[in-house]
Amino acid sequence: MVSRKSCAGSSVPAVLLAIVILILVGSTVYFHVAKTWWFPAAITPVGGQIDQQFFVTFILTGIVFVLAQVTLAWLVFRYRDHGQKARFVRGNHMLEVVWTTATLVIFVALGVMAAHAWGEVHFGGPEPGALQVEVTGVQFVWNFRYPGPDGKFGRINPKDIDASTGNPLGLDSNDPASKDDIVTGDLYLPVNREIELMLRSQDVIHSFFVRELRVKQDTVPGLVIPVHFTVTKIGDYEITCNQLCGLGHYHMHATLHVLSDADFQQWEQKQEAQNAQAGQ
Amino acid sequence: MSSHASPVHHSEAPKGWLRHYIFSLDHKIIGTQYILLGLSAVTIGVILSVIMRIHLAWPNAHIWGFANGVVSPEDYLRVITMHGTLMVFFVLTTVPQSGFGNYFLPIQIGAPDMAFPTLNMLSFWLTFVSMLVLLSSAFVPGGSPISGWTAYAPLSAVGVVAGPGQGLGQTLWAVSIALFCGASLMSAINFLGTTIDLRAKGLSLMRMPLTVWGWFITASLALLAFGVLLAACILLLLDRLAMTSFFIPGGEMVSGVLLKHAGGSPLLWQHLFWFFGHPEVYIAILPAMGIISHVLSTFSRKPVFGYKAMVYSLSAIGFLSFMVWGHHMFISGMNPYSALTFSILTLVIGVPSAIKTFNWLGTLWGARIHFTASMLFAIGFVSLFVTGGLSGIFLAQPALDLYLHDTYYVIGHFHLIMGVAAIFAMFAATYYWFPKMFGHMMNETLGKIHFWMTFVGVYCIFMPMHYLGYAGDPRRYASTDAVHYLARLQPVYVFISIAAFVTATAQLFFYFNFFWSIKHGKKAERNPWRATTLEWQVSTPVPHDNFGGHYPTVYRGPYEYSVPGAAEDFIPQDVAPEQVAKA
Amino acid sequence: MPHTSTTEELEIIEAGGGGKPPSFLGGGDDSSPSGRSGIPQRVYVTGIAIGMAAILMFFMAFASAFIVRKGVGSDWQAFPMPKILWLNTLILLASSVTIVRARHFFARGDRESFRHWWTVTTILGFLFLVGQLIAWRQMVISGFYLATNASGSFFYVLTAAHGLHLLGGIVALLYVGRGKLRRLTFATATEITSLYWHFMDGLWVFLFLLLLLGR
Repeated sequence: MVSRKSCAGSSVPAVLLAIVILILVGSTVYFHVAKTWWFPAAITPVGGQIDQQFFVTFILTGIVFVLAQVTLAWLVFRYRDHGQKARFVRGNHMLEVVWTTATLVIFVALGVMAAHAWGEVHFGGPEPGALQVEVTGVQFVWNFRYPGPDGKFGRINPKDIDASTGNPLGLDSNDPASKDDIVTGDLYLPVNREIELMLRSQDVIHSFFVRELRVKQDTVPGLVIPVHFTVTKIGDYEITCNQLCGLGHYHMHATLHVLSDADFQQWEQKQEAQNAQAGQ
Repeated sequence: MSSHASPVHHSEAPKGWLRHYIFSLDHKIIGTQYILLGLSAVTIGVILSVIMRIHLAWPNAHIWGFANGVVSPEDYLRVITMHGTLMVFFVLTTVPQSGFGNYFLPIQIGAPDMAFPTLNMLSFWLTFVSMLVLLSSAFVPGGSPISGWTAYAPLSAVGVVAGPGQGLGQTLWAVSIALFCGASLMSAINFLGTTIDLRAKGLSLMRMPLTVWGWFITASLALLAFGVLLAACILLLLDRLAMTSFFIPGGEMVSGVLLKHAGGSPLLWQHLFWFFGHPEVYIAILPAMGIISHVLSTFSRKPVFGYKAMVYSLSAIGFLSFMVWGHHMFISGMNPYSALTFSILTLVIGVPSAIKTFNWLGTLWGARIHFTASMLFAIGFVSLFVTGGLSGIFLAQPALDLYLHDTYYVIGHFHLIMGVAAIFAMFAATYYWFPKMFGHMMNETLGKIHFWMTFVGVYCIFMPMHYLGYAGDPRRYASTDAVHYLARLQPVYVFISIAAFVTATAQLFFYFNFFWSIKHGKKAERNPWRATTLEWQVSTPVPHDNFGGHYPTVYRGPYEYSVPGAAEDFIPQDVAPEQVAKA
Repeated sequence: MPHTSTTEELEIIEAGGGGKPPSFLGGGDDSSPSGRSGIPQRVYVTGIAIGMAAILMFFMAFASAFIVRKGVGSDWQAFPMPKILWLNTLILLASSVTIVRARHFFARGDRESFRHWWTVTTILGFLFLVGQLIAWRQMVISGFYLATNASGSFFYVLTAAHGLHLLGGIVALLYVGRGKLRRLTFATATEITSLYWHFMDGLWVFLFLLLLLGR
């Protein structure tokens, strides 16, 4: 197969490969610059930091991507068999060392930079006075619980769980603190106030994801995982489940309503009034 | 072939069809059996992905084989679970290592067979049984499991209350994987023992072909990783069948049933699974890296650029692969400080991968490239490896991963770097070694059509998935109905599906070429690629004990191409220095 | 017993020890009557060493699961350590001594004493397994079934997994003791069996301490 005649036809695959790779590079760069399918705008300060880190990583990997692919296309075209003799080269020690050091430095630097945004979310808790909301994943709905006027979450007893009687979380009726707890199917949050979500699950692992918050966190049965952030933009955002939780995974969906302070208070009062009515 | 070793009486192949082809002890037959097993697994796997693509692009399309022709959400999850499990275990783990490795490792190191032939046969048949057990899950009440190939507890642990398929189907899954672990451990012992003790005279470690290095390091990873998965599967089975509470916490209310388990840790499953699971990624790709280096060198007519750097980077990847499992768990609720450690280590493991890419490009530099089908797939591999590797840099940073995790971005990433890249290596290996295995050449034109359609096809499938990830599209969704922001992504779904159909169709060229060429391909010479390593110096078909009783002595490194002063542009490993023809 | 002289076997033990260069040809140790052509005996020693590494990882997975599970679970209750485990541990330690004795006599060519001590080792292995079953009964009597509490679950899992691996060792002891071997020379067979046996012994001591201190 590798006879002299193969050199004649060898320009075709070389040119084709070069073209395909260039189209790949071109379209990839285009879709990233045109942002045809893209992240929605972030609505938290930390989200902005994360986007900044995304930007740095895009630039860096983008350069490497273009360079590596174009080099590959060029090498393939340049060194197609046109009767030349291959160079006998075993390697280059110096180049290897330089390349290794360079990638090591860049990668570690990137990792250290990214640590900042991560630490912002995960090291250290929220400021005192943050609004606490408990988020519970259940096959296949989200439940949100507010502590109510007493500011305390009531005890939960799995034995009392019964969605049909309106107690999907199993609030223990023997605990006075649970009486005024507000349980909703959508998440209502005030704008510009620090929020702390306490994530838990009743059955299997789910994952709480709001794109605009740049927050994704698994809810793990047996654990309560806190997440904190401040929303800076009023609006409605979608909450999805991102960890496979069973056949209804795809429709485990809720809405995040970010309200102005006044609207939020109004909403809270309405809920409390309803709660009081139901409790009588 | 030039042989300088003292003749050892060589053994005859066993008589009888059953002993020769079915319960064979010959590593070549066993390797072929593994490849055919993988070929059936990949066929089912591809059919399953076609079903997924039809369903995702046209949710109301009627598909044969499903109740009322409709793919229900649980059907969809069964399909993804089986697709993932078949592809990861029975294709990516099996074919490059147990298939091609079994066939060519002993020949490339000048050995008559694997060190433990009976063990070798047992591991194949155990793998076979394991696959049967897995497939049988489709035919039990409830069907195959719906928990994905990662089988996260408690979904996988609490039983049928968690959903259809989580009863007997999930149990069969766990049994199948446990059997597979046993088979892989036996196979790893064989590979390591063979490489350590059965190398030909003169074949020092630094003269081993990079394929052998790939298989050797992979076997070390398999040896240390599969025992852990086996332990995890045993604990999972006990949770499912014996009411223990390893992975199931207390107070679980699933589908209105209050479970009696107490105190277990769902994250424990993830730690055990990914402690295996990350090395597993490299188990799939390291043999591929070896094969690609081998093929690139042959068809570049050049030594591998930086052979030693290639060996060290393979070893470094192997070593580091045991320290990065946590990057699969950034959003799982693990300690945020350890997440940072895992993040840095994950970025560091990118360094040896970058070295390899650099050296592949270095091998092409100054080459004289022969564009065989095998070489095209090898070049395609390098392109895919670059693309898939760079997206990994995003996922390695926990702050970015928390947006992209469990979206289509991850699907795009790992399919390119681990799935398709490894598949490209298998294709490169098939086109490369087919003449030695079957004594006939594969058709080059069909091979090239196969390459072009596949290469363009896989990029059209998996690049757009990255964009879906940017838009926050979660993976494993049976339907996009419930989420409003997914509606505008439907055209992308359709585009991907069409690309998938084209790519799947391209594989028909491969099947035809493969089975047709076994009988009707052009008769192959002993060394059609004019290659240097030992497998090309033995006659075709390869004798029962590989060397007809005359074992070779190795005098040089594996990739002596275009050596200045030599008459030919390649010098086989077993040619003594004084016998090299001068130009 | 194969009809080879003891001196030949002695050489093979040395070869098996790993002193040879990696090339398997020209060593001459592969032409032993029971050996397969081209496969040196050394590879069986390598194989068992590699296998032990795999087994070790398997048990390390259980051990780390044990430690993690104890750390996270609020429900953890220590099980009462069955008293007979102390005796079992002594029996297994003794069996390591007896297998050393057996190999010692084998090296000196004293067939009778070798057989004697090999058999004693086998019997001690059986006794250990019986003792482990008694330990399970003691667990049951004190109210700890497999699923009662995770601590007890780990006890059953670890002892069962170890017991099965040890049973494999007993099968090897019986097989070698019977004296009809294929592929392996007798020297290699006794060497790898005793290596494995010591490993099972050491592994048990580790598991015993883990259960004792970690429960």
